Amino acid sequence: MFYREAGQFKTTYQDDQAVFPVLQDKAAVFLLILVAYAVPFVADEYWLQAIFIQFLVFALMAIGLNILMGYAGQVSLGTGAFAAVGAYACYKLTTNIEGMNIIVAILLSGGCAAAVGVVFGLPSLRIKGFYLAVATLAAQFFILWLFNKVGWFYNNNPSGTITAPPRELFGVLITGPSASPEARYIVCLTFLIVFAWFAKNLVRGRIGRNWMAIRDMDIAAEIIGIRPLQTKLLAFAISSFYCGVAGALMIFCWLGSAETEAFDLVNVSFRVLFMIIIGGLGSIGGSIMGAAFIILVPIFLTNFPPMVGLDISTALQKHLEEIIFGVMIVFFLIVEPEGFARLWQILREKLRKWPFPY
Amino acid sequence: MPDGPQTPTGRVIGDVIMKVENVSLSFGGVRALDNVSFDVREHEILAIIGPNGAGKSSMLNCINGFYHPQEGAITYKGKRRDTAKPYEAAEEGIARTFQNIALFKGMSTLDNIMTGRGLKMKRNLFWQALYYGPALKEELEHRAKAEEVIDFLEIEAIRKTPVGRLPYGLQKRVELGRALAAEPDLLLLDEPMAGMNHEEKEDMVRYILDVNDEYGTTIVLIEHDMSVVMDISDRVVVLDYGKKLAAGTPDEVKRNQDVIDAYLGVSHD
Repeated sequence: MFYREAGQFKTTYQDDQAVFPVLQDKAAVFLLILVAYAVPFVADEYWLQAIFIQFLVFALMAIGLNILMGYAGQVSLGTGAFAAVGAYACYKLTTNIEGMNIIVAILLSGGCAAAVGVVFGLPSLRIKGFYLAVATLAAQFFILWLFNKVGWFYNNNPSGTITAPPRELFGVLITGPSASPEARYIVCLTFLIVFAWFAKNLVRGRIGRNWMAIRDMDIAAEIIGIRPLQTKLLAFAISSFYCGVAGALMIFCWLGSAETEAFDLVNVSFRVLFMIIIGGLGSIGGSIMGAAFIILVPIFLTNFPPMVGLDISTALQKHLEEIIFGVMIVFFLIVEPEGFARLWQILREKLRKWPFPY
Repeated sequence: MPDGPQTPTGRVIGDVIMKVENVSLSFGGVRALDNVSFDVREHEILAIIGPNGAGKSSMLNCINGFYHPQEGAITYKGKRRDTAKPYEAAEEGIARTFQNIALFKGMSTLDNIMTGRGLKMKRNLFWQALYYGPALKEELEHRAKAEEVIDFLEIEAIRKTPVGRLPYGLQKRVELGRALAAEPDLLLLDEPMAGMNHEEKEDMVRYILDVNDEYGTTIVLIEHDMSVVMDISDRVVVLDYGKKLAAGTPDEVKRNQDVIDAYLGVSHD
């Protein structure tokens, strides 16, 4: 009843092209951001550490993969590898260059991931679909093997792990084991908001249109002057940049220290793929919703059955989780390939008419 | 105004803009084009006709850069372009529509038309990510241009509709819009009226004539509807089995015995 855009007339193209053309949406998003920044004042350490920070990191990665898969139409299973490149690059940068600003280091490691992404994106000019997926799978296995095998990457640390050194931003410790979860949460949240905004801007401008053109009909894209190789490689670069930044945040702001297993196929690549399929291919908001869903379901399964007096074992929980994900993915692939993003859109359409649908 | 032969509608045909000389193209043993030569003059409407499988679309694909002819030369604006890539053709001002609609199905009408303006947009990644200042200004300028095309083709009502949901006739129109948005010098239309009803055909003919008249765009079109071809084209090239049968004004072509034989068949006794 209150969700009406009646009376909100657009008189310029700029207004018409706004991300949230409806005033109520804009207000809701601002409110959501405010609430997100207020979370550390209410949530306890478990929630911040185990759920919220994890969600922010994975949402950033999901946006990255969605740029590549949802917008540019290039299938990738190398998400984990690109994230690992970001994490290891950030580790090398911070441990070898004293006094480097941590934000600069994170952005530079995103750049390293972008460069690696471009190299593994080169086959995309010749191969498509499943075959490209297999080529990126090679990236996944090769890069993790490399990081495991060559001691230089983890500074010949006998345990083979990389540990985030403590670094400060504006006098507040934001990385390393002694940094407060609140500070780390705020850093990740800011990264997510800024980069989600950049991604949205890219996909609604010329570059995004070129990506979607290549995705929808590459032949027609070529005849209107879109260069396929450059466009695809740019998508690989941007996508890997996002994954790399997320990977760096994963070690520096979430896990603290990790081995290459943290970035393996099932834990990262497939998980992020599920997020964007369930959230919605070709939607920035959908990536965030998908990440929230995939991370919240296990939490829900851990906490909900005991609340209603059901006692299920952890093994059963794990199985249930897999069953639910499997069913959801099949459901979305068949019924609603555009995922939560599309369901949300339908809901909004309905809400506009409620309670008088005729 | 350049001198040149005037058409009945008063348009002035200019110099030769594209020359096709002795072009041959084979796929294995199939000779799709065999020693075809013709030229296209500035501001004219040239129709390529011929029975099915005559090599008409192959000819457009050669001009466009999808196929590279094994023999012969295609010269556009004084430059050889028979080995050029499709995106290079676009950069040189050649736009095209397809026989089977090749729109970007997941995008809205407006976005489809905006992709046509992509080559003219220059702002880099950095400004695009910010969507502010120069990038925003550029986006709005091109939006205004895209709206001119939308206005011209009378598709205002569907500008935000995903093109996959549009009926066939409108999709054809949006595809023309995407080609027009690039402000081409040479527009290649592959059966723009195929599968349309009479009203839709009339609309499409009106748009083609208007484009030619208002923007001076040179048009090469393939079409099977003879009444349309004979009415709107300045010159006609007839292909059959990859060979050029005849070329000339519609009247000349209509009276050509070879053309009549190719279309109506010839007795072998």
